[in-house]
Amino acid sequence: MKIDDALIDKLSELAKLEFVGEERERIKSDLSRMLQFVEKLKEIDTEGVNPLIHLTEEYGSLREDRAENTLSKGDALKNAPSANSDYFKVPKVLKKGE
Amino acid sequence: MREIREALLREDYSLTDLVKHYQSKIAERSHLAAFREVFTDDSLERASEVQSKIKAGTAGKLAGMVLAIKDNICYRDHEVGAASKILEGFISPYHATIVERLLAEDVIIIGRTSCDEFAMGSSNENSAYGPVLNPLDEALVPGGSSGGSAAAVAAGMCLASLGSDTGGSIRQPASFCGLVGLKPTYGRVSRYGLLAYASSMDQIGPFASKSEDAALLLEVMAGKDSKDNTSSNHRVDEYSEEGKARTYELAYYKEIVEHPGLDPQLKADFLAQLEILRSQGHKVEELSFPYLNDLVPTYNVLSNAEASSNLSRYDGIRYGYRSENAGDIDTTYTKSRSEGFGPEVKRRIMLGTFVLSSGYYDAYYSKAQKVRRLIRDATINALSDCDFILSPTTPHSAFKIGDIQDPVQMYLEDIFTVQANLAGVPSVSIPKFKSASGMPIGLQITAGPFEEKKMLQFARSLED
Repeated sequence: MKIDDALIDKLSELAKLEFVGEERERIKSDLSRMLQFVEKLKEIDTEGVNPLIHLTEEYGSLREDRAENTLSKGDALKNAPSANSDYFKVPKVLKKGE
Repeated sequence: MREIREALLREDYSLTDLVKHYQSKIAERSHLAAFREVFTDDSLERASEVQSKIKAGTAGKLAGMVLAIKDNICYRDHEVGAASKILEGFISPYHATIVERLLAEDVIIIGRTSCDEFAMGSSNENSAYGPVLNPLDEALVPGGSSGGSAAAVAAGMCLASLGSDTGGSIRQPASFCGLVGLKPTYGRVSRYGLLAYASSMDQIGPFASKSEDAALLLEVMAGKDSKDNTSSNHRVDEYSEEGKARTYELAYYKEIVEHPGLDPQLKADFLAQLEILRSQGHKVEELSFPYLNDLVPTYNVLSNAEASSNLSRYDGIRYGYRSENAGDIDTTYTKSRSEGFGPEVKRRIMLGTFVLSSGYYDAYYSKAQKVRRLIRDATINALSDCDFILSPTTPHSAFKIGDIQDPVQMYLEDIFTVQANLAGVPSVSIPKFKSASGMPIGLQITAGPFEEKKMLQFARSLED
């Protein structure tokens, strides 16, 4: 599996990360090394094996659907990098003319 | 713990004296960087509160326990940061369920300990705040990712501590620092309030000098929590009860003793330990485990996939670091994440994103989930024919800070520990072996699901 710039671009966009200059070369070689390492799983015969998704057999225990106020508005906004008294503030989403 | 409790009852010293003693130990060796923050004032305040409860005879079962918690466990109105720049300054608005349970039994939390960023690492060199030094030899790593928690107990800065173990992050540092380190069965301990790394493997567990203290902490933390749907209803045993002496059926894997990475001296010592156990009447059997070299690759695919999903919440909007270098919403996400996360976290998010992306999902992610089933079934099968599987916890003792630069070589440090996480079974490391230079190495005991009581009683019987 070759790690080229196009793949790095695609993954960076999906992961919302950017790699520039030296960092970009580094992630290319690291990813290719990491992939090569996990590549050996392909040799294992998993014909007819179901993926293991849930670790316990206890799923499906339901609880009552009751609304609970676990975090007040004030507490929820306390850690925000930018907020007013009611809302999180974010940079402009729509530009003029859009 | 037992001695401390008796001394407090006899009034040999007060709980305040005890907390001050630990605080001075922390200050004396602050260059170890074991702690991210010491809760100096409020641990003293709690000490006097608990002291009066002891006097009144109303104290909980953990009165006298001074505990440090890993910097990824939420303690209300205290900072928590997973040793990452992206969470700098974040104050938890709520308690992790286990913190609530421990405080209800009068534990005193003395501070939060350093770790690898978001619990990703095996040496504690990935903390955004610099490496933690091994208190037994300061040129060496303490192990990771819960390296600060291990160093704190090993340096006598607290009686016990909590870590989290996703691929060995409690047992490996316990091995490197000469401590007991316990990873419970998946679902035994609530993960509510633990900053998530890989949710299908993460478990919180204790470090202590004695198995009895680790067992006592588990006893308080374990049990169903309505806030964590993966927590189990399975009965909580009295893990700290000392069992009657008995013999067990033990097994070890041929592939581990023959592993080329295993230190030859350690191999000899491990085999000699098996002989001792045989001579004490235990049955010891050699088993074959064909997946040894597939464990870490399987773990990498799955844990990185889960991490890429879990860490998507750090976007600079609702909490955490927001970059000043962004103009619009999209670059705010990208710049905040790129400036806030360290290199190892980014590597894992990228691999995780790759294995989950369309076109590669089946070949990597789904494939690894299938291999995980094979590994889990083989592990459970082996454990249904014996009581415990034994191995050295790590292939060697603690290595030098800076010695391992290649990420894949670092991942392989977990080769003996990840099996328990992939299979969801409990496992404990206890100090047993020594390297040529006198550094400790652990003996790992792995048991079937929810067999912590039996496992800890056996561990206790092997303590010197």
